[in-house]
Amino acid sequence: MIEVQGVTKRYGDTVAVNGLTFDVRPGNVTGFLGLNGSGKSTTMRLIMGLDYPDSGSIRIDGRRFRDLPRPLNKVGALLEARAIHPGRSASNHLLALAAANGIKRSRVEEVLQLVGLEKVARKRAGKFSLGMGQRLGIAAALLGDPEVLLFDEPINGLDPEGILWVRNLLHHLAGEGRTIFVSSHLMSEMALTADHVIVIGKGRMIANSSMADFLARNRRQAVRVRTPEPARLRQAIDEMGATVRVGHDGVLSVEGMTVEAVGDLAFSIGVPLHELSSSGASLEETFMDLTRGSLEYTDGSDLGSDGSRNDVLDDVVSS
Amino acid sequence: MTVSSQALGTDPSGAAMHGDDPAEAHGSGPAGRYSVLDVARAEWIKLVTVRSTTWSIVALVVVSTGIGSLVAMAKASQFSRHPYATGIGFDPTRLSLSGLLLGQFAIGVLGALFVTAEYSTGTIYSTLAAVPRRHLVVIAKTVVFGLVAFAASEVTCFASFYAGQAILSGSAPYATLSSPGALRAVISGGLYLTALGLLALGIGCIVRHTAAAISIFVTILLVFPLILQALPTSYINAVGKFLPANIGLVLLSGSTPASSILMEHMFSPWVGFGILCSYAVVALVAGTLSMIFRDA
Repeated sequence: MIEVQGVTKRYGDTVAVNGLTFDVRPGNVTGFLGLNGSGKSTTMRLIMGLDYPDSGSIRIDGRRFRDLPRPLNKVGALLEARAIHPGRSASNHLLALAAANGIKRSRVEEVLQLVGLEKVARKRAGKFSLGMGQRLGIAAALLGDPEVLLFDEPINGLDPEGILWVRNLLHHLAGEGRTIFVSSHLMSEMALTADHVIVIGKGRMIANSSMADFLARNRRQAVRVRTPEPARLRQAIDEMGATVRVGHDGVLSVEGMTVEAVGDLAFSIGVPLHELSSSGASLEETFMDLTRGSLEYTDGSDLGSDGSRNDVLDDVVSS
Repeated sequence: MTVSSQALGTDPSGAAMHGDDPAEAHGSGPAGRYSVLDVARAEWIKLVTVRSTTWSIVALVVVSTGIGSLVAMAKASQFSRHPYATGIGFDPTRLSLSGLLLGQFAIGVLGALFVTAEYSTGTIYSTLAAVPRRHLVVIAKTVVFGLVAFAASEVTCFASFYAGQAILSGSAPYATLSSPGALRAVISGGLYLTALGLLALGIGCIVRHTAAAISIFVTILLVFPLILQALPTSYINAVGKFLPANIGLVLLSGSTPASSILMEHMFSPWVGFGILCSYAVVALVAGTLSMIFRDA
């Protein structure tokens, strides 16, 4: 269990994390979403005790990170894929880490096998591909068999097979009752991987809910229409008060009307239709709208001190 | 990729994790808190598993012994031609150890890199995630590096001494370890390099950047003496003896300030060594504080 309480972190004039409060609970994969530069990595560094918050507190199972008796046995983290000396072999890197916390040598072989690096364990890490570097980082995170695991953008640089592997690994680890906190800037990936989601923008909380609730609340239905007379149909839909977007392929995407209503409208004004179907707006689009809206709103800076953004979320979604 | 996907893809409940019962499995491990010994073992592994360590030590031994031998050869031939002129203040011990004045930069690079490479590669994040009580990292690095640097430096000093004396013995006065001041110089030469290396390590903790740390180290040893030369003699005599380079000159000589006119304004060997150590301690304490109070 990770408890983040009112944490703020500034670097010079930049506020990287602004009054964040949330818990990450065991037995779940908790996704941590935000655009690049939204404060995800900073938050993870703060949790790991690498950077110090300007205010607020962070506890891991009730303890400050620096008070953990053997940190690797409690918290494992993949923070930066390249947090390794390029001249040192994968196995020596892990042996040094294991020694620091009194973890036995045999565990190094175990984690190398687990991530599939046993054949290159003696090669210098500088020769590793991005994906192999990620796997080594994951091996380091698992070294102490910890209850709490943080993964910062774990699928970066992985091929589709590697992405699937990480997804399975995260589910497997959560299934063992561990606390899994994984960041990403890809909404679609998180929708597949996470049970719970925390969304931040410019260091502030935008959403904190179960993934199912989040998707239900933010799913927008659109109607896809293909017609030889898009201008006339568009005008008619505008007059009905719904919104229309024209895709690059000339297909109209209508929000705010049902499929039936669009079909009837087209019939009543005599516009022929070549295609009429319902489609969900892409998750990425939803996510972008959500965070973009929050960024604009943030400039007003009239938020509650608890950092809650649910009111804003509703505004963004209903607009 | 294939191997690992099989490991987790179809049957993720495999024996990858500890134990059979997941609820009991994780978070287990040896009881108690990690100790400075654990951290020292980690630092030892880190030091001996990178090539820069090997190369720095090879450079230290080869450069020091080689330059020392060349100087001894030059002096030997000079002495055979002009025995009286060359004989004034002739210190065979110092001649044989003069290569260490170049070798000392190798130990400085090694000391600085031991810390700054962690920052340039990002390894520091792994290190501090395992050892959040950061003073232990500096203590462990100091002890491990200190021992390695001392061993390497003493080997270098003895090798330089024997090589140099062997060359001198043909045509010029030479020393043995039982000559006055010779054994002391060989021992204190190794201590001098060790203290310099620790100074560089401390500087590395403060500035966290390889080029910056090495520049500062080189400035202290090479540029400070040059600046001093521009000052009036009274200043040179009063301040010069505090410079690490001048302390080193005494520590690497068989003769002492008491016995040699060349060094009359310098501190005696062990006083100078004490002052040099205090520089290293100041740098290491400042480095520890910098590590503890700044973001990683």
